[in-house]
Amino acid sequence: MFKKVLLLASAGLMVMGSAAAAEKVKIGFVTTITTPAGVIGRDMVDAVNLAMEDIGGKMAGRDVELIIEDDGFKPAIGKQKTDKLVKQDKVQFVTGFIWSHVLLASQKSALGAGKFLISSNAGPSQMAGKLCHKNFFSTSWQNDQTPMAMGEVLNLNNVGSLYVMAPNYAAGKNMVAGVTRTFKGKIVGKDLTKWGKDAQLDFSAELAKAKASGAEGIFVFYPGKAGGAFIKQYAQAGLQGKIPLYSVFTVDSIALPKLQKAKMSGVMGSVMTQFWAPDLDTPQNKKFVSGFKKKYGRYPSFYAAQSYDTIFLIKSAVESVKGDLSNMDGMRAAMKAANFPSVRGKFSYGNNHFPIQNFYSRKVVKDSEGVWTTSVQEVVLKNHQDTYAKDCSM
Amino acid sequence: MDWVLIITQLLNGLQLGLLLFLLASGLTLVFGIMDFVNLAHGALYMIGAYFCASLSEVTGSFLLGIALAIPATAAAGALLEISIIRRLYSKDHLDHVLATFGLILCFDTMVHFLWGPEGKAIELPAFLDGRLTILPGVEFPTFRLSIILAGLLIAFGLYFIISHTKTGMLIRAGASNRQMVSAHGIDIKSLFTMVFAVGAAMAGFAGMMISPITEASIGMGNEIIIVAFVVIIIGGIGSIKGAFLAAILVGLIDTMGRSFLDTLLKIIVSEENAETAAPALSAMAIYILMATVLAFRPQGLFPPKGR
Repeated sequence: MFKKVLLLASAGLMVMGSAAAAEKVKIGFVTTITTPAGVIGRDMVDAVNLAMEDIGGKMAGRDVELIIEDDGFKPAIGKQKTDKLVKQDKVQFVTGFIWSHVLLASQKSALGAGKFLISSNAGPSQMAGKLCHKNFFSTSWQNDQTPMAMGEVLNLNNVGSLYVMAPNYAAGKNMVAGVTRTFKGKIVGKDLTKWGKDAQLDFSAELAKAKASGAEGIFVFYPGKAGGAFIKQYAQAGLQGKIPLYSVFTVDSIALPKLQKAKMSGVMGSVMTQFWAPDLDTPQNKKFVSGFKKKYGRYPSFYAAQSYDTIFLIKSAVESVKGDLSNMDGMRAAMKAANFPSVRGKFSYGNNHFPIQNFYSRKVVKDSEGVWTTSVQEVVLKNHQDTYAKDCSM
Repeated sequence: MDWVLIITQLLNGLQLGLLLFLLASGLTLVFGIMDFVNLAHGALYMIGAYFCASLSEVTGSFLLGIALAIPATAAAGALLEISIIRRLYSKDHLDHVLATFGLILCFDTMVHFLWGPEGKAIELPAFLDGRLTILPGVEFPTFRLSIILAGLLIAFGLYFIISHTKTGMLIRAGASNRQMVSAHGIDIKSLFTMVFAVGAAMAGFAGMMISPITEASIGMGNEIIIVAFVVIIIGGIGSIKGAFLAAILVGLIDTMGRSFLDTLLKIIVSEENAETAAPALSAMAIYILMATVLAFRPQGLFPPKGR
């Protein structure tokens, strides 16, 4: 009897001992779960959960714990949640961030505490330039780059005059700055509309102005649910066929199923630019897209693609130091090398830790099953680095 | 300035105004007659939109969807009044605000649970999805025009009921002096339930009319309900006529601000500042109007008689 108790006790001690030795890899993921923008957050959370499954929940033999937080589409709440992840949960990596203004409000809480901060979407100019930081990485792009690629597409299509619409917040302004930088024609009108939890979704007044302006093209940036609403009103206002639509981050796998359901066939063939598309031909992307479709029954969005990459980037860092999470320099060097299977294929990191990568034009098409999706057309910007990298002192 | 653009923007403003009226009329009746602050009125706007989206999906027709969703929303409103709201009348305004704020959270979560987070688009029948040429050169979306027509019809119908029927007389009397109406032996309980259900149906109808444009989504009512409160404060609480005129005024101010303010501002300040400031200022314009009305005429522009 006594022997048995001793045996049990020593077994218990051994379990406890090994638990203390193998510290978990803790990843905080800040995104938007509530508000209508929650549909983006769902895509991102689905993607990181898929990535966790694909890596078997382990990095370098250590268990990985994922802590998901909801920023409620508000910078103040995003900051609070980042503080909580850093101080209470003691995560090593703070990741996620859909919104540029939320990232800007939260960055200090993570970087100031010496944690790695990885943006899975937002790419405000400040983080690429003056605020660049050795522990900050992006698995997406700098905001200006995608609209800069669009500016080139507009030039190629000989568009002479453009009407520009975007939400009035950090990323909206970056998008407008980006397209303005490369577009060679004249910008005949511009609207920055109200954004946030109570974003403006009825664009009647703005579309009437666009129509009256006589522009040869309309450039928009409306991420999330505003995108679907915009496309519908664009068609209802009779702009279809009169002022061609050129969009960034507006027509994606989140908007398309709803547009297809509402039979808004006008969006077919519309052109956008992006660093990625579901049919981009890389081994990791094939694995990701087919896995995502199998698990969730829909196409992943670019938000999902970037979130999936985030987990693999972290995995490459943790494995390079053999799980020694105190070795920040080693992990940083590993991430900087971008030596992980990315859905976009091989790319490198610039001095400001934003990817130097290709941007493609893509078109809305029907896939073999009749589902509306986007398809890569051609490379518009090759190995492109953002313009703010020169302001970064690293 | 381009007169085609001005006419189009006036119509856009009118359309927004009438949509606000549909929402504000129910709010002003409930506030005026039952002295009940209902923040959850916006939730009924959302419920109406989701009912309509699902019902038009099932029946395959938007019009049939609306025809079924209106009584369904009225029923939901009546159920809400009988089960919860009724118990709150005797409490003070702060309790109303707290309880109905709680209801908003419940409704938002319920919709998230039943319909998912992604929102629902509604397909319009072809005859509503086009554009009409109203004047030479002025093309306007048919569906927005039908919102204007429906809004005007409902406004006229409400005017008729309230000023020419016995029920309307009771409603007016209730808005002026509630105790006196019940002292005359009127069944105030069922009157309240009816008014609440009608208000719910109108809010729901507004939601049904906006969702083919912006789609039905969670929390869609929480923003517009604030504007509806602004409308009833400007118009005078309890007054349908006030709600109508104030809604049109607010709709026009908002639309005109969004259309022309940046051009005007560019005359005074730099282009970049004008572009950033204009949307913020036009969003503030209606609140500035409300503050002015409150300062000089706190009872509102057209308060019900006998207050």
